[in-house]
Amino acid sequence: MNYAQFTALLLLLPLASFTVLGIWGRKYIRQASGIIGTTVLLVITALSLYAAYSYFLVDGQTNGTYQPIIALQLPWLQFGYQQLSIDMGILLDPISVMMLVVISVVSLMVHIFSLGYMKDEERYSTYFAFLSLFTFSMLGLVISVNIFQIYMFWELVGVSSYLLIGFFFTKPSAVAASKKAFIVTRFADLGFLIGILILGIQCGTLDFMSIIERLTNPQSEAYIGMTSTGFLGLSSLTWALILVFMGGAGKSAMFPLHIWLPDAMEGPTPVSALIHAATMVVAGVYLVARLFPVFQLDEIAQNIVAWTGATSALFAAIIATTQTDIKRVLAYSTMSQIGYMMFALGVSGYGGEAGLGFTASMFHLFTHAFFKSLLFLGAGAVIHYAHSNDMLHMGGLRKYMPVTHATFLLACLAIAGVPPLSGFFSKEEILLAAWQGNKAIYFIALGTAGLTAFYMFRLYFMIFWQRDKHYHSDHGEAPFSMKLPLLVLGALTVGTGFIPFAQWVSSDGKPFETALHLDFSAAPIAMVVAGIGLAYSFYRKENDKPARLSAALGSLYRSAYNKFYIDELYLFVTHKIIFRFIGRPAAWADRNLVDGTVNGLATSTENAAGAIKGWQSGKVQHYALYFFGGVLVLAFLFIYLWK
Amino acid sequence: MNLNWLIIVPLLTALAVLPFRQLRQIRLIALAGSAAQLLLSLVLLRLFLQHPEAKLSGAMLFESSYSWFEPLHINLHTGIDGISLSMILLTALVVLAGVLVSWKMEKMSREFFFLLLLLSAGAYGYFISLDVFTMFFFLEMAVVPKFLLIGIWGSGKKEYSATKLVLMLMGASALVFVGLAGLYFNHPAGEHTFSMTVLANNPPTADVQRFFFPFAFIGFGVFTALFPFHTWVPDGHSSAPTAASMFLAGISMKLGGYGVLRVATTIMPEAASYYAPYIIVLSAIAILYGSFATMMQTDLKYINAYSSVSHTGFVLFGIGMLTKTAIAGAVIQMVSHGLMTALFFAVIGMVYERTHTREVAKMGGLLKAIPFISTVFVIAGLTSLGLPGFSGFVAEMMVFIGSWENSGVLHRTATIAATASIVVTAVYILRAVGKVIMGPVEHKAYFDFRDATWNEKLAAILLIAGIVAIGMAPFLINDLIAPGTEAIMEKLSASTR
Repeated sequence: MNYAQFTALLLLLPLASFTVLGIWGRKYIRQASGIIGTTVLLVITALSLYAAYSYFLVDGQTNGTYQPIIALQLPWLQFGYQQLSIDMGILLDPISVMMLVVISVVSLMVHIFSLGYMKDEERYSTYFAFLSLFTFSMLGLVISVNIFQIYMFWELVGVSSYLLIGFFFTKPSAVAASKKAFIVTRFADLGFLIGILILGIQCGTLDFMSIIERLTNPQSEAYIGMTSTGFLGLSSLTWALILVFMGGAGKSAMFPLHIWLPDAMEGPTPVSALIHAATMVVAGVYLVARLFPVFQLDEIAQNIVAWTGATSALFAAIIATTQTDIKRVLAYSTMSQIGYMMFALGVSGYGGEAGLGFTASMFHLFTHAFFKSLLFLGAGAVIHYAHSNDMLHMGGLRKYMPVTHATFLLACLAIAGVPPLSGFFSKEEILLAAWQGNKAIYFIALGTAGLTAFYMFRLYFMIFWQRDKHYHSDHGEAPFSMKLPLLVLGALTVGTGFIPFAQWVSSDGKPFETALHLDFSAAPIAMVVAGIGLAYSFYRKENDKPARLSAALGSLYRSAYNKFYIDELYLFVTHKIIFRFIGRPAAWADRNLVDGTVNGLATSTENAAGAIKGWQSGKVQHYALYFFGGVLVLAFLFIYLWK
Repeated sequence: MNLNWLIIVPLLTALAVLPFRQLRQIRLIALAGSAAQLLLSLVLLRLFLQHPEAKLSGAMLFESSYSWFEPLHINLHTGIDGISLSMILLTALVVLAGVLVSWKMEKMSREFFFLLLLLSAGAYGYFISLDVFTMFFFLEMAVVPKFLLIGIWGSGKKEYSATKLVLMLMGASALVFVGLAGLYFNHPAGEHTFSMTVLANNPPTADVQRFFFPFAFIGFGVFTALFPFHTWVPDGHSSAPTAASMFLAGISMKLGGYGVLRVATTIMPEAASYYAPYIIVLSAIAILYGSFATMMQTDLKYINAYSSVSHTGFVLFGIGMLTKTAIAGAVIQMVSHGLMTALFFAVIGMVYERTHTREVAKMGGLLKAIPFISTVFVIAGLTSLGLPGFSGFVAEMMVFIGSWENSGVLHRTATIAATASIVVTAVYILRAVGKVIMGPVEHKAYFDFRDATWNEKLAAILLIAGIVAIGMAPFLINDLIAPGTEAIMEKLSASTR
């Protein structure tokens, strides 16, 4: 079937909607802009689902393997070196089609939710224009055929995220957060860019399929070239992959490049649901998955991926147990769950059952997108009702917000990994892959699973149970436009676990069977039950146990509460070191040394001129004197030196 | 088409404003004249694209030659290839936008527009010259009026800046002249010629090249803010009136890059390869050091001026890398930076006209009060930090790819240093945007500001259109300049054989 036309619409429609809303939205079609944006997304969702249907169920397979389909490939910029070019195109393969569905569905839900949530906002049309821009960039990112294409859309999602985090631009904290997000990810992208340069020049192509084809063939010139050259004891291939992964780690908020994500919560809550929970932040995982056939060739790079993921998962979970801002808890939990996806790729083998980690990672990405965006939208509804972000100001909300409460509970159960919700299945597969691949990481993941259950239910009980804080809200729970997405996502949270994911998405395109191992599941489930039980006894009703525990933990608790002082460390490096020891001296040297030389030259010329200008006195006597003096000197020279 | 129209039209317009006294009449004439320039260059583009030879070779098209001064064999020899054509289009856009933003130039308006148009005639003459002497002549024509523009209509320590700028550029011109004279007297066939094509087809011997290359290179380099001869840039830009800043950064700085490419590199390819490591080191310093110095600036014009030092560093950096991709990237960077910096100066001018300050710390929350101007500001900033979809990204990436093709340690180290600037650029751009455009509204008076007027809007839209056209469809400009860069590469590879 011909995918080219309708998949091209996936990009053109949101771009058109961004242009129209961006240019004319403010003045002419303010009221309609929400409807326009949402309608466009509705069409896109239909197209994505149709693409998924036809790819997975009709004609994606040849000989029992899902083959990548290049629906479109246009040369965009050709470089005068080998076959290097930036192509704009559409690549359909299991992971990109899966991502299309995730992005369009979550984006549609967020659009609908925003119709109600952002209703009174002054820059209503701008908001929807930015959402369209983001959707365009994110869709373009996942269907990239070319590593440079992905880099371009990568930057574009970055800037959409920047614009949306800073949406409430008169708030200094929002401005600071938007800057921080952009600059930290830019720093990571620097690594990505250099990685692309190494890969591109050494492989002689920037095309994903060709890169993978060349590097997976051990006889190829590219592979031999990249493994035989090196720097500081690591081969070029390892360097390239680590640097590309650095870009991914920045976007996916992996330790230690995660510092922007909690602050990014300054953006409107639906934006956090879309960008900072479900789609953009998993771009790093997607990038590694896209190059997975190459990553699995290199043990060092893959171990770095695995350990970065595992560290982030645990680290973020520990911090999440101490935070009281509802969105920040969710942000750290996102970081932690992405850590799971990341290390699943890191411990995975390639091909068939050995590639379980790959499938599990993608599966978790898929299920997580729905339940995490549900959590964020639920949090948005709560914030909308309670007019606060702080859990300490909440309590007893279950009575006032029945729909939100029910769906939020579902999502909490799913993220904790309670069967038979979607999160259970995907997390189970990840744990199994870790058990097979790396025992140390398995135990970290197991512990993190318990922590996850604990902090999610801490959040849940503090918001919906505990003492009723009596709200003076002038509106009901939420308008229908806000409840509908909660219900749809709630249904997805329950349903997506039963999708036979390994049938569709696998590291080499060949379907395989996964089965539940009840004996294996016992340990994780026990951890989860323990976590929830602890949260119940601590937070179901107000008591002094949490305070006693945190006092007992002392400095450990304080460090976690202060996010292990990573922000302070960065501040120190940027302000105290880079600004003070590089920026200021550079500016000073320019004004004083370099320009000082220029001015010095000018001054000395002026002084010299001042010194000799008296000679042009205009007095005949002076000139006669110089004349005779000159004659004398010449005569002297002539007589004594000429000989 | 006879290319000399490109000189005649601006000159005639400049003369046409002289009899008038009213600003209303003068600006209309200037607008009509600069619109005619743009039209003319678009016609030229169309003719060029239709020309059967345009895609085949890097040969000069639309050539014509008139004897100028026979005893020294100086001719007004003109001709263009894709590289010169893209510079011509850049000039036309920037001049038109410059006239539009000077719409309310009350002070000595006649003289102001006269000088501005004279500058543009010089720039066109420079870009179409195939005779290095007339090229030098037009180079001077594009320098001297700036002294008056800054000295009379400028702000701040304008006399100091004007003097400094002209003295440094004159010094640079002197160096250029030594280089050109060296070429004239050392033609291997004993023929005394200023003709660029003759010189390039039969380059001087290696010794002569190595002796005279530094003169020509440093001379042209000063124009394009070669480190450490860049200090005229911040002072000159910040004192100049808006349109002059736009011209200065948008076009004048490109005269240097174009000269390095056309004269120094094409005519003396052997020396260019010989001195390439020095070029790379100096321009990498300019890129990184310029961006760090920008980070500490507090005045919007100084920010853009220092960032120009950093961005034009990419031009020389690309040329020094001596690969086709990098040189093409350098050419695109010239156009891109020209448009972008003109846009930035234009919008800084618009902000200054309203707030009467350029101090970043004294402004805030302009987006609330003047959304159009603020949006343009953000677009200029995002172009500067290399966002895909805008021209800067294309140019920088081409330079990076082209640089990485060289596998030497020096090349790789310098490239990594240059790529690091993309982070620093993001820092200083977002600091400025975050304070000036976003944040709490600094003064209540902001709400009385009038958003952009039609002429300001038109100027911004013209420049943004150029930026977006390159950013979205880079293959167009890449195809346009490819034969020209190919021809330069042939000279370079012939010299190393």
